[in-house]
Amino acid sequence: MAMKLDTVDPAGPRDDAPDAARRIRTTDHSVEIVSDSGEGAQKCGQIFGAVSAKMGNGVWTVEIIPAEVEPPPRSIAGASGIRIRLGDRPVTNWGDETDLVVAFNEQVLLGRHRLGGLRKGALVLLEDMWASHPDDTIRAQWEEALEELTGAGYEIVLVPMEKQCLTVVDSARRGKNMFVLGMLCRIFSRDIDRAKDQIAGVFEKKSEEIVRRNFELLDLGYAWAAENLDVQFDVPVMDTDRDMVVMNGNEAIALGAVASGMEMAAMYPITPATSVSHSLGEMFQRFGGVLHQAEDEIAAAGVAIGASYAGRCAFTITSGPGLALKTEFLGLAVMTETPLVLVDVQRGGPSTGLPTKVEQSDLLAALWGQPGDAPKIVMAPATIEECFHVMITARRLAELFRAVVIVLSDANLATGVAPFPRPIADSSWFAGPPDQSPVADGGRPYDWDDRTGRSDRFVPGRPGGMHTVTGLAHDEGSKVAYDSAINQRASAMRARKIASFGSTLEPPPIHGDDAGDLLLVGWGSTRGAIEEAVDRARADGLAVSSTHLHFLSPLQPGLAEIFARFRRVMTVEINYSDDPAAPFVTDENRRRGQLATVLRSATLVDVDCWTRVLGEPLRPGAIERAIHERLDRDATPAEPGDDR
Amino acid sequence: MSCSLFQIAELDEDRHFELSDYQGPVARWCSGCGDHSVLTSVQRVLAEADAIPERTVFVSGIGCSSRFPHYLRTYGFHGIHGRALPLATGVKLSRPDLDVWVVMGDGDCISIGAGHWIHAVRYNVDMTALMLDNNIYGLTKKQTSPTTPQGYSSNTQPYGSWLPPMNPLEATLGVTNASFVAQTAEWLPAHLFSTLRAAHEHRGFSWVRILQRCPHFTADIFGDAVKDPSRVELLVHDDGITAPGLDRIIEHRTAHDPSDIDAARRLAEESDRLRLGLFFRDESRPRYEETRHLPHLTVDDKLAALEKELDRHAV
Repeated sequence: MAMKLDTVDPAGPRDDAPDAARRIRTTDHSVEIVSDSGEGAQKCGQIFGAVSAKMGNGVWTVEIIPAEVEPPPRSIAGASGIRIRLGDRPVTNWGDETDLVVAFNEQVLLGRHRLGGLRKGALVLLEDMWASHPDDTIRAQWEEALEELTGAGYEIVLVPMEKQCLTVVDSARRGKNMFVLGMLCRIFSRDIDRAKDQIAGVFEKKSEEIVRRNFELLDLGYAWAAENLDVQFDVPVMDTDRDMVVMNGNEAIALGAVASGMEMAAMYPITPATSVSHSLGEMFQRFGGVLHQAEDEIAAAGVAIGASYAGRCAFTITSGPGLALKTEFLGLAVMTETPLVLVDVQRGGPSTGLPTKVEQSDLLAALWGQPGDAPKIVMAPATIEECFHVMITARRLAELFRAVVIVLSDANLATGVAPFPRPIADSSWFAGPPDQSPVADGGRPYDWDDRTGRSDRFVPGRPGGMHTVTGLAHDEGSKVAYDSAINQRASAMRARKIASFGSTLEPPPIHGDDAGDLLLVGWGSTRGAIEEAVDRARADGLAVSSTHLHFLSPLQPGLAEIFARFRRVMTVEINYSDDPAAPFVTDENRRRGQLATVLRSATLVDVDCWTRVLGEPLRPGAIERAIHERLDRDATPAEPGDDR
Repeated sequence: MSCSLFQIAELDEDRHFELSDYQGPVARWCSGCGDHSVLTSVQRVLAEADAIPERTVFVSGIGCSSRFPHYLRTYGFHGIHGRALPLATGVKLSRPDLDVWVVMGDGDCISIGAGHWIHAVRYNVDMTALMLDNNIYGLTKKQTSPTTPQGYSSNTQPYGSWLPPMNPLEATLGVTNASFVAQTAEWLPAHLFSTLRAAHEHRGFSWVRILQRCPHFTADIFGDAVKDPSRVELLVHDDGITAPGLDRIIEHRTAHDPSDIDAARRLAEESDRLRLGLFFRDESRPRYEETRHLPHLTVDDKLAALEKELDRHAV
């Protein structure tokens, strides 16, 4: 399947490349396409990413999304676009800075520059139409921006995108992205026929005329780059005969839900979770299932619980603010021991926060958000592939343990696109039909097993099982408890079933050596970036390793024992923690990363944390620096009395 | 009652049940509480319909009346305050073979659960929803509810309720896709029974407001009407609700065709008399659970469908 590029010049790594060669071999390259909203940069990048994946590159794409549907054009904050990281091996994260940028105007480029997203020396292909724009203000903005950008040390190439496109189409607004795709195909030696196949697929529902015009623009961009650009990049491809699929994390969750046999999802639109429902709206029509768009977040949880209660495990999809609204219903599901899967695609918080940006700030809310003791299972996929499989596991666990299972994804996984091995579909994934067997005489709806806390569930329709479940404290027969001892026992049983599940888990594997100076601990979407940073630091000779938790409740076993083998343990998370040197911050009152807080309490180990809430995925380079800083701090012990 | 959303084994229609088959433990409501009367009527409706106990589900919220499912021998889900309707919607969407009832109080349905009430009327999922309206919060000891009469004092508004009460009949009749709206009173058992039976038989979302006294906190509110039947007015029509014996007691009658939504809305407006009867019924309204006819796939079909979905993402 993979196409070998055997025509590569032995030019060596980019930094050493002689200017004349201009055919640069690199094992890791990030490309960004930025435009105003609605100009198709994302579509262009998705096709480029898919073609690259098909050719055998490792690929990770991440969308750059403004908060508004259509922010003002040419605005610094309104950059809409996509970043594609290519590698000669599987790519697990979005990487550090961008190496090549295509910008449809100088203002969105300025926005990316000011966010520190672009590598010094990056190649910038910039639409030149604004330089000669009839509007004085625009020309002035152009000049001012170019001055700032030139000073930043980029290699800027002006491209007459608009002018070129207008030789083929009347309006370039809807076609420039295909011209850009053509340029990129030339620059990265992408197979133009594969690109055309992909375009034909993407525009399947459009007219032949539109597809033909897009081909024309693609060819035009390719030809223009061939004539006018003297640089090409070769990112070697992998030789693989494994069947691969490519999708984003939300699509993987939707597909996983269908593969798990769940037949109902209830939701209310909320960014960045909503697109799960877009996929389900289509798929349920083919599989038989209901996507219920409820009147609000609360009702969505209630409908899912009602459906699960009736014997068909359902799930609800949300993000932070919605998780807050569903809290009371989660408590009800815990108390009545009704299976429920809740997917929280985390975004920045609190409150409306950063709706389109990634954070891992809902961990404590997921674990402890319900008043009263409400034990549940909380798990976090670390990759897009895991977003698929987690749903199958979550559905099973919810039913097996009559439990609430919260799946913590995030905006990084939701919009990240990467290829992964095609799942081998298995009929054992599907949920069975509701149990309608008669209940034996004397059966009780909460006949808790003392050892495991588990009990058999009486689903409506089972003869002889009639009873009323209730959010009130209740006994084994679901009778409202007026006896204080029964509440103690029921609470213990609800906790015990989660603990008994925890006893089946394995300690998390260690990336790197089993012992050393520093252990990084992560959870969720950050695994790729953390492990890449660890690999770089280890290559520098540092004794650093990492481990990654998939279960946050119950915690995987053996953590204290693992931590004891390292001099320092530090979580790496995308949530807020105080800088230990900040005013008023002491070791006692410091706000720590959410996983760090949990781990300190669970292991009594002095777990440190390094966290950022910059509204973007963690960069491996930043984690690498944090590793060095943490180890340097140990090398120069603090002065006595210093409260760091 | 059945629909093609999901296929479930055919019901066994030949079983017969007695009133006692539906009777659970002795209800713990106060003596003189209207809830007792509603419970008895519901049990009679179930017995008359030979409702299969294990295929009948009562969903409730929180409040005195929401204890209802505990006193029946069917399946029950005693939920949280204001949220009975979403739970019931989930049950019915998932299992259209089940006979679903919802029992709510006035605070439950039209205060904390108001959003769900409005949307449940529009969804028109086939279920029977009862709002037991005693004009007060009873379980929490006499706080003003949305239907508390203006000037009526409570623990939260000791100088009398500041605002005119909400008229839930008007509001329900104002929602697009309403399909069954009725009002009855717990002190007129014959009318109550006939109304509940008609609501249960209706295919779609039947919403019934049941006026009822709370012996502790609002014993006086409907007191006049109990003692003086001339305070009550019956809506009568061949397609409406008929209650044997009421002719002799209640003299005020208004002819009302329950297919006439405009007349229903006019009659729902405030009046000196309590209007009881069927305000509106239309079985032709779309029922949410029937709007999608979905394929029932075998395991092999599902596997093939899953492979097809994966093909769409193949590289």
